[in-house]
Amino acid sequence: MSVLAIVSLKNGQPTKGGLEAASYAAAFAKAQGQDAVALVAGAMTSDGGLGATGIDRVLHFSTELSDSSQWTRLAEAASKECGASTVVLSHDHTGRAIGPRLAVRLQAGMVSGVTELPRDGAVRKNVFSGKAMADVEVSTNAVVYSVTPNAFGVREGGSEAEASPFAAEVGEAREHVTGFDLASADGQTPLPEADLVVSAGRGLKGPENWGIVEDLANALGATTACSRPVSDIGWRPHHEHVGQTGITIRPNLYIAAGISGAIQHLAGVNQSKVIVVINTDPEAPFFKAADYGIVGDAFEVLPKLTAAVKALDA
Amino acid sequence: MKILVCISQAPDTTSRIAFTNEGKTFDSTGVQYIVNPYDEWYALVRGIELKEAHGGTVTTITVGGAVCDPVIRKALAIGADDAIRVDAEPTDAMQTAQLIASVAKSQAFDLILCGKETIDHNGSMVPAMVAELLDWPFIALATHLEVEGNTASLKRESAGGTEHVKVNLPLVLSASKGLAEQRIPNMRGIMSARSKPLNIEPGEAAALSSVRQFSLPPEKGACKIIPADQAEELIRLLREEAKAI
Repeated sequence: MSVLAIVSLKNGQPTKGGLEAASYAAAFAKAQGQDAVALVAGAMTSDGGLGATGIDRVLHFSTELSDSSQWTRLAEAASKECGASTVVLSHDHTGRAIGPRLAVRLQAGMVSGVTELPRDGAVRKNVFSGKAMADVEVSTNAVVYSVTPNAFGVREGGSEAEASPFAAEVGEAREHVTGFDLASADGQTPLPEADLVVSAGRGLKGPENWGIVEDLANALGATTACSRPVSDIGWRPHHEHVGQTGITIRPNLYIAAGISGAIQHLAGVNQSKVIVVINTDPEAPFFKAADYGIVGDAFEVLPKLTAAVKALDA
Repeated sequence: MKILVCISQAPDTTSRIAFTNEGKTFDSTGVQYIVNPYDEWYALVRGIELKEAHGGTVTTITVGGAVCDPVIRKALAIGADDAIRVDAEPTDAMQTAQLIASVAKSQAFDLILCGKETIDHNGSMVPAMVAELLDWPFIALATHLEVEGNTASLKRESAGGTEHVKVNLPLVLSASKGLAEQRIPNMRGIMSARSKPLNIEPGEAAALSSVRQFSLPPEKGACKIIPADQAEELIRLLREEAKAI
């Protein structure tokens, strides 16, 4: 018996979501006295660092796959090969495209967006956009879990895993990737994976003022984000919009400047571990959800924070 | 083009979230239900736009009781042609997906559009499950869709960027921000929605999972206010107290 992690690769390395899925699978396998096996597809050298997360064995399919049906067939074959009744993925695009397909093929109950290891036969996930939690139980022996990004974290300290080639009949590709646009040219961590996020809203008064936001983000090594109104009026790109109808994030630190904190915005950021709010209005609802607050003008406060961060590292 | 759009109802974003029956049941007292925003703003509107450009029909499908009828009428008011409600109270995504797939199998749709997730259960599972049950291609988190003949050109959110994808119809997708812009129904739409067909079908499928217990997150402690002229103190607290940087 084993627990199987589906790990996606980017530039020959496991993605952060993939490492989190591997860490979760390894911790769960250990608790059950089972082996932890990771499945990867595409170019990767040795164990790709998966052993460090606690994975025992890596099944390496040599061809990169982007088709959800092909991935599903590969994962199904791998789960049979290693006798896995539990399959773990990241709740990113892989968990949304491959996980549910695999659950159908394996006749498995699936719980998406889990945040903790299963306990007493149930597993916890966030519901109502982070406003509540649900403990979900699955009635089948086979189970698929997708793990919320930045919730469980990446475990380290394990020893190198044994990697072996894995082959399976995956059928024809029907979803053909023809191009790729990088979200940000400057090498920022993608928002869903970011540990540190600096975000700003209409309080910044115009797109030409974003320099002070970017300066603080650069000093911290953070990713920039924005509120919905700001992306709707075109001050910032859509992919920076965090909130109910944009991206949901869960960083260690979320700094929001000039954002009042409408409930739709909070729904996308309320799972951040530490929230800092900078707003001129002391009555801004966002302060109620914040850990730290500064009542003040972003134009004055942000440069001071940037200077303080630089002084810290000097 | 024959388009199916999956519509779910969801509590309005501003609803108070509470539970009854010792945390086993969502307390719907006083809760206003809306069309799940991802279903309405992105999936439904893109479906209607494609129909307007290429001809065809837009049918909505909802799994749920008669309590869902107001949100179904809203979808019809925005511009769907007809609606199907599978009369069942689903417990999990697998059950919902099976009920939708069995209706889809009986009619020859070219395209099934879903929102990327509902804002209550945040599952994000039904769309890909429907695709697998039908053995159709699936595109998660689609932000762009054009159809030319039998070929769909899409963009989807991917690790660190946007992937361009080409797929032949039929196809299932889950819609994310960017696929379309919200449309407000006009008076003519609202009037005509009343007479558009809403067909109720029976359905039965098994659930494989269920919620044992809901709970609310612990209350946030009070926000610590730092004077604006001591910004460096915030950075010190973030490093030494919160250990966030």
